[in-house]
Amino acid sequence: MAQSRLSRRKLLRTTALGAAAVVAAPYVRGAHAAGRLSIGFWDHWVPGANDTLTKLCQEWGEKEKVDLQIDYITSQGNKNLITIAAEHQARSGHDIIQMPTWEPLDKADALEPVDDIMQKIIAENGAASEAAQYLGKSRGKWVAVPATNGSQVKPPVARISLFKQHVGWDPTTAYPADGTNEELAEKWDWNMFLAAAEKCHKAGFPFGVGLGQTTDSVDWVGAVFASFGAQLVNEKGDITVKSDETRQVLDWFKKLVPFLPNDVFAYDDASNNKWLVAGKGALIMNPPSAWSVAKRDNPEVAKDCWHFATPRGPKGRYSPGLPYYWAIWSFSPNKSAAKSLLVHLSKLSSIEKMVAASNGYDIPAYAKALDFPTWREVGPPKGTVYHYPPRGKQIVSLAAAPAPPKIAAQIYTQATMTKMVAKCTQGGQSIDQAIAWAADELEGFMRT
Amino acid sequence: MAELAAEAVRVPAGVRHTSLQKFMRRRSTIAFAMTLPLIVLIVALVIYPAFYSMYLATLNKSMQRFVGLGNFEFLFRRATFWMVVKQSCIFAISAVFFKALIGFFVAHFVHTIPTKGQRKWRGMLMVPWVIPTAISTIGWFWLFDPSYSAFNWLLGKFGVDPVPWLGHPLWARFSVILVNVWYGAPFFMIMYLAALKSVPEQLYEAAAIDGANWFQRLWYITLPMMRNIIAITVLFSLIVTFANFDIVRILTAGGPVDQTHVFATWAFLLGIQGNDIPLGAAVSLFMLPILGVSAIFILRGVRRRTIEA
Repeated sequence: MAQSRLSRRKLLRTTALGAAAVVAAPYVRGAHAAGRLSIGFWDHWVPGANDTLTKLCQEWGEKEKVDLQIDYITSQGNKNLITIAAEHQARSGHDIIQMPTWEPLDKADALEPVDDIMQKIIAENGAASEAAQYLGKSRGKWVAVPATNGSQVKPPVARISLFKQHVGWDPTTAYPADGTNEELAEKWDWNMFLAAAEKCHKAGFPFGVGLGQTTDSVDWVGAVFASFGAQLVNEKGDITVKSDETRQVLDWFKKLVPFLPNDVFAYDDASNNKWLVAGKGALIMNPPSAWSVAKRDNPEVAKDCWHFATPRGPKGRYSPGLPYYWAIWSFSPNKSAAKSLLVHLSKLSSIEKMVAASNGYDIPAYAKALDFPTWREVGPPKGTVYHYPPRGKQIVSLAAAPAPPKIAAQIYTQATMTKMVAKCTQGGQSIDQAIAWAADELEGFMRT
Repeated sequence: MAELAAEAVRVPAGVRHTSLQKFMRRRSTIAFAMTLPLIVLIVALVIYPAFYSMYLATLNKSMQRFVGLGNFEFLFRRATFWMVVKQSCIFAISAVFFKALIGFFVAHFVHTIPTKGQRKWRGMLMVPWVIPTAISTIGWFWLFDPSYSAFNWLLGKFGVDPVPWLGHPLWARFSVILVNVWYGAPFFMIMYLAALKSVPEQLYEAAAIDGANWFQRLWYITLPMMRNIIAITVLFSLIVTFANFDIVRILTAGGPVDQTHVFATWAFLLGIQGNDIPLGAAVSLFMLPILGVSAIFILRGVRRRTIEA
């Protein structure tokens, strides 16, 4: 039998020497010593906004020695919602994923709590808005960090010349770049919106407001519902769709639809933008992305655009909101790096860069981050986005609120409100039939 | 024990080798070995997911409790579900009918082209079928686009009002069926063309001598000779069309007001987007009996005709 050349004594000596060498060796930090981090960000509509975000992440990655993999996922065709749902089901995917509105609460069971970093962020940036807290906290704990990029409202964007000529009302006078003409602004309610829609339709420039199934349509229809006081489900989870308020709001939509283009029911989030940029319509409900694209593709239209407050309804002036969040999946293998990156992106200096890169599109959630010069300065026309962030008595509307998150997420995803409008307008059903249909659908959403 | 071991040692190594070789050379063994990769794929990607979805369909929404057939009972009480059943049948039957009809006539036209120039026509006509559906459907979406529809631009040149291709339920149904027919007709064409080429020329010559006109030749020779191919192609296409997802998803996402949803897109909406996997699984499983029954009838006809032949 051949004898092993490695004796027990020799083995022990070699092992001890090896271990000592490892302990004593100087720590050499590689380029990506802190591992990898994959992020699924929402793909911005404003040209160039993604580049600034990438740069901010890369600065952090180089400093912290983390290898970054960034994917920009579009909300066109709800691709971001599909990706979130697929990763949630598969318990696999990005470390950080950007989620809109109800998604953090709906997927709270699969998210890493971020209370620890939110305390630091709030201490630096000031309190988070009520809307951001409502959708970002589950049982009093933050489950996701309010994102700056993508967080938006969808107020009216109108063509100044067309409004002056055909409506006889100048949005730049009612909502100038340095304040609000309260008297003129007071007249701006949903009835006036209806009258303006009729006049612009007759003039050949109909309003391009969507009634499809994607966020732009759902958000603005949700704001109209809220401003009429129509709730589908209350905060306790009771179905409250059968109400006079719902009948009133549907009746209002029945009056509006004949003045809209005949394919608004097929609109996605790009359709209304194209409508405005092509110079076909007098108004859309949108963040400044349509105007930003028009600056590049149709500068004459861009110069003629003005963003201003959402019309007032019987229950108040509700601005259609769509807050975004950065969430860390609980299955992420690199949670500490993910948290560190989110703290970096939530610094006031980072937020200011994102707001500037998006031409004021991104609306931060924090009190100290709402007075950057971008909203006053960008143009042309200068001051066009001054009234884009909700000012004065405006309330940020969250479509499907105040329903419990699991039900609200269903109402939002399945676009129940826009379908109700479509049923009693294009579908030829009565308002009561549309309400009965919605009640049946809502009953289905109560499944546990 | 030691003797047995000695016996084993004495057995010539070549004998054992030969039996293994014999086993390996058996036709059934070779056939099994060659189909094994496919069997593994089918088990992993078809049979396992099928049984897993059956299991999922018996759970509650949070997938923590067994509810038996509760999900199906829930679906049967929903008007939207029956609307989706109706739409899936309209979509699949009308699309397969037009694909079969167009494929049949185009195959006849191509068959009459001399062999020399036929190949390029076959190639060109196959283009819709070989382009990935997601890409070609995006092209169609741009043609139908609400704001920039090229079709509407053309219609406008003739003074025709814009058509809401994807914005009105009837037009949207028409559009998704049209794209499906455009995509699927070449498959029928190539299958029919292969069948036409296998019909013996003597039969047509005999019919011509008997004075048969073109319709009689078609009715009494071509169609009976192609019947099995037609049946199998229709069955295959029916299964694929019933399970279609990409065309509807890209063009309309089931809208407007759910009126173009088919089983797959609605199951996706409920299961993935709506976070209700068991209900989504129940919707997708509903296709199984429909396709199973049609497969039994069609394949029974094929078998009967084969035996008669």
